[in-house]
Amino acid sequence: MSADQKQGPYSSTSEAVRLELSQIDASIRSAALFFVISAIAWLLIGTVFALLVAVKAHQPNFASTFEFLTFGRVRSAHLNAMALGWASNIIFAVGLWIMARLCRAPINHKGILFIAGVFWNIGLTVGIFGILRGDITSVEWLEIPKYATPLLAISYALIGVWGVMAFRFRKGDHVYVSQWYILAALFWFPWLYVVAQVMIIWFPARGVVQSVTNWWFAHNVLGLWFTPMALATAYYLIPKVLGRPIYSYYLSVLGFWALAIFYNWAGIHHLIGGPIPVWLISAGIVASVMMVIPVVVVGINHHMSVVGLYKEVWRSPTLRFVVFGAISYTLVSLIGSAMALRTVSEITHFTHFTVGHAHHGVYAFFTMIMFGGVYYMMPRLLKREWPSSFLIKLHFWACALGITIMIVALQVGGWIQGLEMNNAEIPFLEVVQNTIPWLKARSVSGLFLTVGHIAFAANFFWMLFAAGTVLAKQGPTLLGSNEGGTAQ
Amino acid sequence: MKNLPLLFCGIFFALAFSFTGLILTSHIQIGSLTQTTETLEATDDLDENGMPVMVMAEGEPLYPAMPVGLAQQGKEIYISMGCIYCHSQQVRRNEFGADIERGWGPRQTVARDYILQERVLLGTMRTGPDLAHLGGRYAGDAGRDWNHLHLYNPQIVSKGSTMPPFAFLYDVRQIAGKPSEEALTFPPDSEYAPETGYEVVPTRRAKALVEYLLSLKINYSLPEAPILE
Repeated sequence: MSADQKQGPYSSTSEAVRLELSQIDASIRSAALFFVISAIAWLLIGTVFALLVAVKAHQPNFASTFEFLTFGRVRSAHLNAMALGWASNIIFAVGLWIMARLCRAPINHKGILFIAGVFWNIGLTVGIFGILRGDITSVEWLEIPKYATPLLAISYALIGVWGVMAFRFRKGDHVYVSQWYILAALFWFPWLYVVAQVMIIWFPARGVVQSVTNWWFAHNVLGLWFTPMALATAYYLIPKVLGRPIYSYYLSVLGFWALAIFYNWAGIHHLIGGPIPVWLISAGIVASVMMVIPVVVVGINHHMSVVGLYKEVWRSPTLRFVVFGAISYTLVSLIGSAMALRTVSEITHFTHFTVGHAHHGVYAFFTMIMFGGVYYMMPRLLKREWPSSFLIKLHFWACALGITIMIVALQVGGWIQGLEMNNAEIPFLEVVQNTIPWLKARSVSGLFLTVGHIAFAANFFWMLFAAGTVLAKQGPTLLGSNEGGTAQ
Repeated sequence: MKNLPLLFCGIFFALAFSFTGLILTSHIQIGSLTQTTETLEATDDLDENGMPVMVMAEGEPLYPAMPVGLAQQGKEIYISMGCIYCHSQQVRRNEFGADIERGWGPRQTVARDYILQERVLLGTMRTGPDLAHLGGRYAGDAGRDWNHLHLYNPQIVSKGSTMPPFAFLYDVRQIAGKPSEEALTFPPDSEYAPETGYEVVPTRRAKALVEYLLSLKINYSLPEAPILE
């Protein structure tokens, strides 16, 4: 395989290849820009919802006179704005762009892609309004009311198909690991979504079969949609920026197939102790523990690819975020495997520990890698540099500190909450009271994240609109000294 | 990787495998459970293991019971307020957690308990207590009054709670002539009581929601999950 690796995506030193990539970038520019702008808009909207719920969790009277701002609805608006607004739009931008580049296939008929993107965001806006006005389904991760979901499904089909088309008309023999992940995720997500919609909302299955389907779906949104896309991005960017191949081809094969086989059985661990057949739960636990294999394999592969080049990682805005995300992937997954054990789940289930864990995965891992992806993609799409390295540093530190505070607060607080809840001698109200300091810490962490998101958005729109000053900028925007190196 | 048919088959079968294993199989195993009597009776017939075939006791009521009118409408309110995000509706077995010790239910809940629910609201969060047996813990008129006060503002009966008030489900209005029979009775000197001359009356939605909450009861045995005295 070493011969193939030399033709990989990271060897674009020749003029001809660079020209080709530049043409591919041009073919997807308008659509990718639309998706990034939508993603950032949803990120900011989702942040406002997040701050509201964080405060409501310890100040229950805050904004409680408005029905549409009640906790359950705003919380669900936050989740859907982040999962389908921020995360999925940024996947459409970064994922499709990487796919087009690796397949060396320009996007044709980009107008359709653009229109599908517009409808995706219209469907989502209708859905969020529906949640706030009380049409929420109260099915976790599927809160969007019935009247908006078909539009989402159809728009998704029209967006996802471009990734598959790029793959179909790819050039060259070798298919890189990022392409497997993206192709698989583009195929898995609609399957999961349609099955869950049909079996829970449209033609509800009997009893707790709904709950089984619910957690098969919800956990796989993370496992088979966000995770493969973030891993594909990391696998693409680490060699690109550092200019050296990924450490091991075989480890990437093993990591991919182990994830594909084990991850989609794992979701049942959300129902440990619940009213479903025990063998289902056991199967979920086994799969959750087996996830250690792909996680450790990917961790080793990524680590060995950056080893010795830490200075470059730290100087590159892209890699600073991507490596933070990659480390978080290892941590969050190992914690997740442990949480699936019955003895641990007995404590962490039903507590804020799980909320902390969810943000560890979706934010510290997925979102941080996608930030890195945007830092790499935008200069290539717009042919101009990031205006401010200060804002990038502010973005990084605010988000890195913010998410760390959040995870620690929710997991320490959640662990205590779980221990106390399992001790019937402690009155329930006391258990609730004891979570309040930790929930306040979570609100503080939310302020950090808000600062980070505003810095990111400010830098982005500055780059987009203030063309004059930004265009005059020479050389890539790096963090720290600007001499030598082409890392970005 | 160059073998693309293999890649695509792998991608397809990976998910097909869990879809079959988790969704279809559980659908076959528990997707057609029916109501049953609290206990079963042995017959003279023997099954393939030589054990007597068990049948439902004749003339006994069937469980879980069919949900009724107003409570069903109340469930819609429960769904639209997103109560599930802080309250579960499942009781775990004895010795696993403290659900039964806390009085959240007299026995663990099993798959059959949920078969008549068009939307199953198991929940995965206990910011507040489990509600599977709420109607057993707060029953009758006293339970109804408690739940109305608690929904209007949880601090009235549960000081220090982090549950938000649902005061928008109640009308505060001037007493015209005779006070309404449905008006909430506040504890003496409650700071949440309306001004003199005013009363707090539940809207139809509040009444339906409370009827739903009172209808949540695990007060029956099932053959696979008897209530042990």
